[in-house]
Amino acid sequence: MIVMFGIFLLTLLVITAVAIVRTENLFVAVMLMGIASLLIAANFFLLDAADVALTEAAIGAGISTVLFLSALALTSERERTKSSRRLLSLAVVVAATLVLIYATFDKPRFGAADAPVHTHVAPWYLENTPKYIDIPNVVTAVLGSFRGYDTLGEVFVVFTAGIGVLFLLGSGAAAGALPEEKVNEGLRHHLIPRVVGRVVIPFILLFGLYVQFHGEYGPGGGFQAGAIVAAAIVLFALLEGEQRALAVLPQRVLLVLMACGPLIYGAVGIAGIALGGNFLDYSPLLSDPVKGQQLGILIIEAGVGITVTGVLLSIFHAFAARGR
Amino acid sequence: MATVLDILSWVLLTLGGVSVLIGGIGALRMPDLYTRMHAASVTDSMGAILVLTGIMLQAGWSLVTIKLIAILLFLLLTSPTSSNALASAALLAGTRPFAETQQDREDVT
Repeated sequence: MIVMFGIFLLTLLVITAVAIVRTENLFVAVMLMGIASLLIAANFFLLDAADVALTEAAIGAGISTVLFLSALALTSERERTKSSRRLLSLAVVVAATLVLIYATFDKPRFGAADAPVHTHVAPWYLENTPKYIDIPNVVTAVLGSFRGYDTLGEVFVVFTAGIGVLFLLGSGAAAGALPEEKVNEGLRHHLIPRVVGRVVIPFILLFGLYVQFHGEYGPGGGFQAGAIVAAAIVLFALLEGEQRALAVLPQRVLLVLMACGPLIYGAVGIAGIALGGNFLDYSPLLSDPVKGQQLGILIIEAGVGITVTGVLLSIFHAFAARGR
Repeated sequence: MATVLDILSWVLLTLGGVSVLIGGIGALRMPDLYTRMHAASVTDSMGAILVLTGIMLQAGWSLVTIKLIAILLFLLLTSPTSSNALASAALLAGTRPFAETQQDREDVT
């Protein structure tokens, strides 16, 4: 039954992908990409990867759709068609597809217990998480502690991407004060979205905090929570006008938040060295090594969430500032 | 008691699925944006309520039910709002409702 459902979702995904390639209206393409992300998220969930599903739904279907739309506001809605070298690209795509299909023949069967992923380090993680870290969600243990280096790298990737976008677009801080009539008022004249937004936004923020700090017990963590908090503030900016969102969280604060995550993460790592352990070893943080691991994971997850929120909001404001 | 709840829950789930299907067919078959939104809102309102209530009966009294109630409340607040925002944005952008008869056209313009 689950396999049938997975095949159904994947078929829809292929149809959506073909539609994305074929449509010339970029607005439709953005909406279809959101649908594709949601389909993939459902598929991840079927495969019991709830953490990845949550990330994909929050970032792929939620925030990146908003960012694509704000990018689209700066450019035209139609795709410029280019017809040269179509045969060459077709040949390349067909060849790559054949190679990939050929490569799948060597993959282990779906759900096979003797697949390399199930025999390499995964059993060790599952066996030793209760002993070393003692939190129910093994994914968070792997992400935060066992593979802490990888997550540090991911935080730096997010940070670097944010810096890159701000270099390209400008942070909007230099634009200075706007003339009165050009101030973006958002949907302030639309009563219903504003009232409902005021009711809902605090709960979205609360849910973001829940996802942030519940990551040790269930699906969640800094990446998802950062996207959810950023989504709440983007919603606020859309409803109440960008100026009021910037009054709550000015651009210079966002820039500090962006840098905070890698700093907090690195500081926890160096604190491990200073207290006599290895880099990113959280055990020496407290007298009880297990409690130290839990504290370390809590702090680095907070750092991740802060950076993701800062980067996403900076990018959103940068796009919005270009649109004026 | 458990059997009654099970049957009730499956009736609700089936009715919910039927409403989603009706919403989908309506969204494809209706002539213009506003009537399509009207059809699609069957999915949001009836579909969501029936399916979520059906799942709640399956879950029994537990934390899952509380979470489902929260999801239902969120959907009941946000989906009419987004429909309202979509319809008013379409009206502001100049999308006119589909007019079948001469009288309709005079009413629209």
